[in-house]
Amino acid sequence: MKLVNRAFVIIFSYLIITGVNAQSSRDYISIVGSSTVYPFSIVVAENFGLATGYRTPTIESTGSGGGIRAFCQGIGLNFPDITNSSRRIRQSEVDQCNSNGVSEIIEVKVGYDGIVLANSLSGHNFNLTKEEIFLALAKTVPDGNGGLIENPYTFWSEINSSFPNNRIEVLGPPPTSGTRDAFVELVMDAACSSFPEIEALDGEAHQLACQSMREDGHFIEAGENDNMIIQRLNVNSNALGIFGYSFLDQNRDVVKGSRIDDVAPEFDFIVGGQYPISRPLYFYVKSAHVGIVPGLEEFIFEYTDENTIGEFGYLTDRGLIPMGYEEFEMIQSSARQLSPLQL
Amino acid sequence: MSRDLKTLVSQGLKSRYRNERIMRSLGVTALLFASGFLLLILSIIFSQGYRAFTQTYIEIPIELSTADIEDISSINFQNKIRDGLRELFPELQARAELADLFRLASRGASIDLERDISSETPPGTINFIALASSDVDMINKGYFVDSESPRGRLSEQQYEYFQSLTDRNLISRQINTNLFLKGDSSYPEMAGVMGAIMGSVFVLGITLFLSFPIGAATAIYLEEFAPKNRFTDFIEVNINNLAAVPSVIFGLLGLAMFINFFGFPRSAPIVGGFVLTLMTLPIVIIASRAAITSVPPSIKEAALGLGASKLKMVVDHVIPLALPGMLTGTIIGMARALGESAPLLMIGMVAFITEIPQTIFSPSTTLPIQIFLWADSPDRGFSERTSAAIIILLVFLILMNLIAVILRKKFEKKW
Repeated sequence: MKLVNRAFVIIFSYLIITGVNAQSSRDYISIVGSSTVYPFSIVVAENFGLATGYRTPTIESTGSGGGIRAFCQGIGLNFPDITNSSRRIRQSEVDQCNSNGVSEIIEVKVGYDGIVLANSLSGHNFNLTKEEIFLALAKTVPDGNGGLIENPYTFWSEINSSFPNNRIEVLGPPPTSGTRDAFVELVMDAACSSFPEIEALDGEAHQLACQSMREDGHFIEAGENDNMIIQRLNVNSNALGIFGYSFLDQNRDVVKGSRIDDVAPEFDFIVGGQYPISRPLYFYVKSAHVGIVPGLEEFIFEYTDENTIGEFGYLTDRGLIPMGYEEFEMIQSSARQLSPLQL
Repeated sequence: MSRDLKTLVSQGLKSRYRNERIMRSLGVTALLFASGFLLLILSIIFSQGYRAFTQTYIEIPIELSTADIEDISSINFQNKIRDGLRELFPELQARAELADLFRLASRGASIDLERDISSETPPGTINFIALASSDVDMINKGYFVDSESPRGRLSEQQYEYFQSLTDRNLISRQINTNLFLKGDSSYPEMAGVMGAIMGSVFVLGITLFLSFPIGAATAIYLEEFAPKNRFTDFIEVNINNLAAVPSVIFGLLGLAMFINFFGFPRSAPIVGGFVLTLMTLPIVIIASRAAITSVPPSIKEAALGLGASKLKMVVDHVIPLALPGMLTGTIIGMARALGESAPLLMIGMVAFITEIPQTIFSPSTTLPIQIFLWADSPDRGFSERTSAAIIILLVFLILMNLIAVILRKKFEKKW
């Protein structure tokens, strides 16, 4: 028994020592962050690994918020080098980073992602305005007499008589998702300003009225998995779903996108900026790790190459909406000079 | 008197038979329900997944000059594939048309070509069986036949090229070896589960190595040596509680302890193994204790009565007799660990990793995580591969449970 005990102690301490050693010699890039940017980053990482002699970076899909939290924990090979984000980093998060010694961050904009409202091919061809989406999905809506009431709309035809007489059913992402943040900001917040009753409110009440989604079963939080939403749309032709453009692009034999303010969610219209719901995608790099983690600078070069995120770059094949040429050139040169982020 | 009893019994007989029939038919219905749903799920997975076991290839002529063979490192393999495609469609000149054509072949075709050509390859033209892109693969497998977009994601021209290749018999379907032998990839046609399987093997190996000895020792101590007092009662309650703790909490613990405190690398199988050990330990302990209690007291008492020490009694009689039950409990715990993904999310194993892990410190994922990542992918080519990976996971689970049954049958003692 003593022998067994000793063997265990030896094996355990061996594991710990080699574990620490293995860590201090990490020779690949470690990336965390947004599940929306993940499918784009893995393509770049794989091509980077194939084209250069460096090891293929590992990319974790943790969500934007969780990614930034892990990223900001500190400097050193124990912590990730890059975090992907489907929204811009916040001042509070930069402060958090700074307090842990992560003082210089490089921001790289990757491109845009359109958010679509889609339904089954056999469903109605919707043409919605942001205000109509707000009326269908907000928790409280104007009552017409200067006040606010709990959302009374249960059928699309009550919002606009040209809509079918179907129950309002919209499947969307949960609050933890970056897609949800972007949807609330770009649709609900934007629509708010056209209702004088809500504009009259101020501060917290205004924010609450603008950003609260209804919870009476007409807006359904369907989880982070967009493929699941598409499968549910396929069997329920009355329902609409909210997800990223790349999923619409891959599933056009099953679902179709609704027009928003008369503009269809087509690649060209999102690129041109006519389609109103699109958000930028980013990744952030720790300056302190450049030169220490092998290939980090080269990876930034690969990601900002015209062949990658340019107008005809390989990521556009995967549904990424590229930036305009001028913006691209600006982003590329600032990223390649490793200029630090300024909020 | 006896006649009275007889009539009394025969009067009740009818309702007794009826009750028995009802009970039986209820049991059969429940069984039919359960197995019906199981069959439904399995048939859905199989019908979605079986096509992933084959893969579409395009036969492309590759010309190799003597100069090429002499200096293999200077060959641009991607250009070789492109030249081959160009040769099949000599009429195409415009840059956009060629770009469309080149996209029919996978990015992986040039990698396979590089692997196939060595300095011993005779110069000349070889007919290379090149990996087709996932969009071509899905058309060839007939995914979009009855839908409103029968071309899938192919452009009109690409669809014409594909038709022309089909007419010339250059399109073929072969066993999808990539699926079994490669690691993850962002290209569906190049992606495989080997990396995830190796990750699972490492993680489970560590879990087994730690949880069986620790679990068995705990169970033996608690059952045979520990005094029965408030303290051991308290420990027992805690073990039973731990068995019901949601697994994601073990992940949080692992993150705080092994990664942040001990400094183990993220995404490493060793940390995954530690976390799953914590998760399976209560299961192993509970099953082992049950196995030890089921050893008949007569055997223990006989051993003690013949003068064996307590230790001798445990080592020579209790452990051999309880071992099948302990092993079964461990394997069932292992099977649960194999299907677990939530605790591994916290320690960074939900990740894109192309390399097949070589050691317990290399970054890796496990099978259920690979399934989760593929199921979440916008790329349509991954949906059939998701089902295929589920089938592979099911095969492993069936194997493990089969081993549990065999072990039990082999070592089981009847008294």
